[in-house]
Amino acid sequence: MNGMNEMTLSFSARSENEAFARVAVAAFVSQLDPTLEELNDLKTAVSEAVTNAIIHGYESDESCKVTIEATIEGDCVSITVSDNGRGIEDLELARQPLFTSKPELERSGMGFTIMENFMDRFEVSSLMGGGTRVMMLKRIESKKALYN
Amino acid sequence: MSLQAELEQYRNVLIVRLRGELDHHTADVVRYKMEEAILRGGSVHVILSLKELQFMDSSGLGVILGRYKQVKSKGGKMVVCDVNPSVHRLFELSGLFKILTIHDNERSAISSLEVVS
Repeated sequence: MNGMNEMTLSFSARSENEAFARVAVAAFVSQLDPTLEELNDLKTAVSEAVTNAIIHGYESDESCKVTIEATIEGDCVSITVSDNGRGIEDLELARQPLFTSKPELERSGMGFTIMENFMDRFEVSSLMGGGTRVMMLKRIESKKALYN
Repeated sequence: MSLQAELEQYRNVLIVRLRGELDHHTADVVRYKMEEAILRGGSVHVILSLKELQFMDSSGLGVILGRYKQVKSKGGKMVVCDVNPSVHRLFELSGLFKILTIHDNERSAISSLEVVS
């Protein structure tokens, strides 16, 4: 595939849109002919980022919007999930496995750990009161390579 | 795609079969259904049967961990069975296998619990 292929998606911060978001990204990436495992990794990472935006970024204020930008370039897909919510106070702490700021909601504190493990690159930037931006990249080891 | 939770009481064991996608949106239903069944029912142990669970993320881990604590506080055991590769990976990553035993199917899960009780 030559050049870049981009898409942008903006949707209400409602929990029912978590499934929509991961399925939409999976459909966009399917043109790279990913394996089921790669597709599942992407869906899980997107689900984590979008859930974080809804629960932590917007504290379940459904009038807010979550934005996903995805770009396919060569055999790589980069995905950015952003919100304009409250931001993360201590990024270092938030990225620790099992840390959660909302234990009463039975959050496992594994979101960032999963994103880091399931994707090839992962970065997060946040500003108190200015929102959070999660950038992730994954190389799709296209099944086509098997036949070359 | 949503989530269906089928609950079955078998002797002192609560079998919970999850079908569909377990995420933040669907976790609450699973939480309330299981919470109530564990509180009201006569079951001591819980089997999580995940053969038809097509998707799970960290919200699923949270609700499973929550029920594990609940079952454990009542002196029961919680085991999982029929775990697909992607859910298996999540369990591994989060260290859940340190506290939950895994079985191939419901039958071997049941017999493992019958030895316990």
